[in-house]
Amino acid sequence: MASMPAAATNSQPTSPADKKRDAAKQNLITISIMGKAYEVPADATIMGAIEYAGHQIIRGAGCREGYCGACATIYRLPGDYKIRTGLACMTLVEEGMSLTQIPYVPGEKAIYDIEELKPNVSAIEQMYPSVFRCVACNTCTRSCPQGLQVMDYVQAAKRGDIATVMDLSFDCVVCGLCMLRCPAEITQPLMAIMAKRLYGRYLRKDSPELAVRVKAVEEGAYDDEYAELMAMSREALSKRYYARDSE
Amino acid sequence: MYPEYMAESLRKVAQTRPRRLELARKPDPVYPPMNAEERRAVLEGFHPDFEPSARRTVRVGPNRDESLTTEVADLLESHSWLRSDQVNLDSPDFETDLLIIGGGGAGCNAALVAMKEHGMRSIIATKLRMGDSNSMMSQGGMQAAVSRTDSPTRHYLDAIGGGHFENKPELVRALTEDGPGVVKWLEDLGVVWDKEEDGSMKVMHGGGTSRKRMLSCRDYTGAMIMRTLMDEVRNHPDMIEVKEFMPAVELIMDNKGRCAGAILYSMDSEEFFTVKAKSTVIATGGYGRLHIRGFDTTNHYGATGDGLVMAYRAGAKLMYMDSVQYHPTGVSFPEQIAGFLVTEAIRGAGGQPLNKEGELFVFPREPRDVEAAAIIRECAQNGGGIPTPSGRVGVWLDSPLIDMLHGEGYTDKHFPAMYRQFIRYGIDIAKLPMLIYPSLHYQNGGIEINERCETDIPGLYVAGEASGGLHGRNRLMGNSVLDYNVFGRRAGRYAGEYARTVKLGKLSLAHLDAYEKELADAGVQTSLVTPTLLPSYAPEDVKKRQLLRGDNTLPGSSVLQNRLHDEAPSHSTRPSINDSQAAGYDERSGA
Repeated sequence: MASMPAAATNSQPTSPADKKRDAAKQNLITISIMGKAYEVPADATIMGAIEYAGHQIIRGAGCREGYCGACATIYRLPGDYKIRTGLACMTLVEEGMSLTQIPYVPGEKAIYDIEELKPNVSAIEQMYPSVFRCVACNTCTRSCPQGLQVMDYVQAAKRGDIATVMDLSFDCVVCGLCMLRCPAEITQPLMAIMAKRLYGRYLRKDSPELAVRVKAVEEGAYDDEYAELMAMSREALSKRYYARDSE
Repeated sequence: MYPEYMAESLRKVAQTRPRRLELARKPDPVYPPMNAEERRAVLEGFHPDFEPSARRTVRVGPNRDESLTTEVADLLESHSWLRSDQVNLDSPDFETDLLIIGGGGAGCNAALVAMKEHGMRSIIATKLRMGDSNSMMSQGGMQAAVSRTDSPTRHYLDAIGGGHFENKPELVRALTEDGPGVVKWLEDLGVVWDKEEDGSMKVMHGGGTSRKRMLSCRDYTGAMIMRTLMDEVRNHPDMIEVKEFMPAVELIMDNKGRCAGAILYSMDSEEFFTVKAKSTVIATGGYGRLHIRGFDTTNHYGATGDGLVMAYRAGAKLMYMDSVQYHPTGVSFPEQIAGFLVTEAIRGAGGQPLNKEGELFVFPREPRDVEAAAIIRECAQNGGGIPTPSGRVGVWLDSPLIDMLHGEGYTDKHFPAMYRQFIRYGIDIAKLPMLIYPSLHYQNGGIEINERCETDIPGLYVAGEASGGLHGRNRLMGNSVLDYNVFGRRAGRYAGEYARTVKLGKLSLAHLDAYEKELADAGVQTSLVTPTLLPSYAPEDVKKRQLLRGDNTLPGSSVLQNRLHDEAPSHSTRPSINDSQAAGYDERSGA
């Protein structure tokens, strides 16, 4: 998109195609960023459009690929009463879109020692009691830019079903939009992080060979092999490498 | 959806698929892997590092007269934000045991281990939010030798061969030997690894692995690990203080040549703060947002190589800073996600790179530099690429094979992030291939460390992508996630141990003056000011109206520094504010 640095043909500063498109004044649409109108490329993401408008984003951009949740955005479209949500790096602009980024949503993370929690409803009760205020309105699910079944995992948390919370919240990027929209003021993503940790810590099936391998390393089982490899000349090492078998 | 003109090529891909599926079901490689000679030929002929303008000699600092990546040499031959006479070091704003610069995976691990093993307090100072890092973004997985058929020494051999035998052996040993322990450390903190029915770790291949060794958390591996580490850091507010939007811009030394903390810059209030620390850990990550050679990047917003330049000014030597990793499979189309990472696990699960005729042209799991160079060769020399509407080019990555090999629904379940990224643009990757091209991914080199994460400077430790030596000139998939865990933990251990005994002398920024003098003596003329902090993606006409400084030519250079700094280009004497503004204006009108 035009707001990206000069990197058009993956490696050449400015490609002929880019120049041609720029010369043709490309297809621009009008959007409103926090109430101010800007002309931006019609095929831009919201993040691209904000930068095309000349803003230096400080809060509101992180990984830029949909993993970090820094760029939560709410918007409305013309003639539509609905508040819509999205990640700015992943959502495309539309004509007449009126938007603002919500780079931070206040929410108190519970402080806990995972060694002192149990992987059941007691942990939820102690650390995130607001979960029980859920009125099952499903607003959280409708506001999730990842398309997760947020309300379902909140309900699972109320039942102490930690495994289901883990599974349904696995792809949560902690953008905070669900907890912003929740009428019961629950902090869903924060609770879900704790639930995932409880699953990993207590409900996992232990790997039989992992403990054996860790012990072998501690006991120096590989010391001799390391010593041999580290003493090898580059040529000998190369020979060994190219001759190795593959699984 | 793909444009109409690609339909013919897509048809050919579908046509050759049954034959290629048969190949994939056999134990033999689907395409002959390259030998040492073939690898060298494709690298020298087509890897971007080998283009004549890719490297130049740096004229100042500990690596003076060495040939470095051109953009890195530019970055190092630059002015500081600060001069020593501007800062009062007599009463530091904050004091701590460890100052950890960078809030990604390495930084969080270091803080936790320094606390657990030595009872040391840390400040984590980070440019954006804690976790805004490349650590958060790794999709495909982490290597660790935990399966029955594997061993840490076999992992060692794979890593060192992938790095062309240039890796520092003691670092590779540390990486591979600590690997299984890291898996357990993370699992006990609550990371949910992908598992088989019996509880054993699910393992996959990656480029350059001779055993299945890639552990994963669906395709949110980095996010799962990072969020777990951050959550644990935040469980200890009395021991670990997190300062967000507070990047370090220079290191502070003491009068005995030891590192003694750093100067932080508040992104909100534009104030500078001094931190006195017994030991300092640089965990600032890499430099993808410098857009080396104009490439798109997979990296997070703040990856501007800040740690490199701070450490370099203070006298730390860099290693392998002539080597850049281009990930073989960045997105080429759709344009909105161009440069985004397509995880190597797609190839690990059976995805195949194909030219426009739908034919294989490279073994899908060569080490990254070789695979990337082979894709560039296919496009540049063999005419096998498919042009995109925005002037990019790409080859196919045939992902529909994955469901055919592992059962319907596998792609959806194991690559949800990847699926999401493409389906927004009407491309179902379980049914259609992806169009890919190499994307700037990783800083292979960095600040040279030993297996204790120590540098040339006492009291300065480095961990993760900011460090150099571990990966030689080419890192394998999954070894960076392991790197930030292994060496983040080691940095916490050894920096914590050092902090217990060190008695700091008088604080000093004399190294900044010395570096300025070296720039002047070497005849370096630049108005570039670093660390860069953030790239700017404003269009050129906007940049003109922003009155950017003339010499700020690194692609994507930040506007922040341009507003703030008043260095004169020649820099022999410091002009008055008015003079420097006038000088700046002339530069701009000349540019």
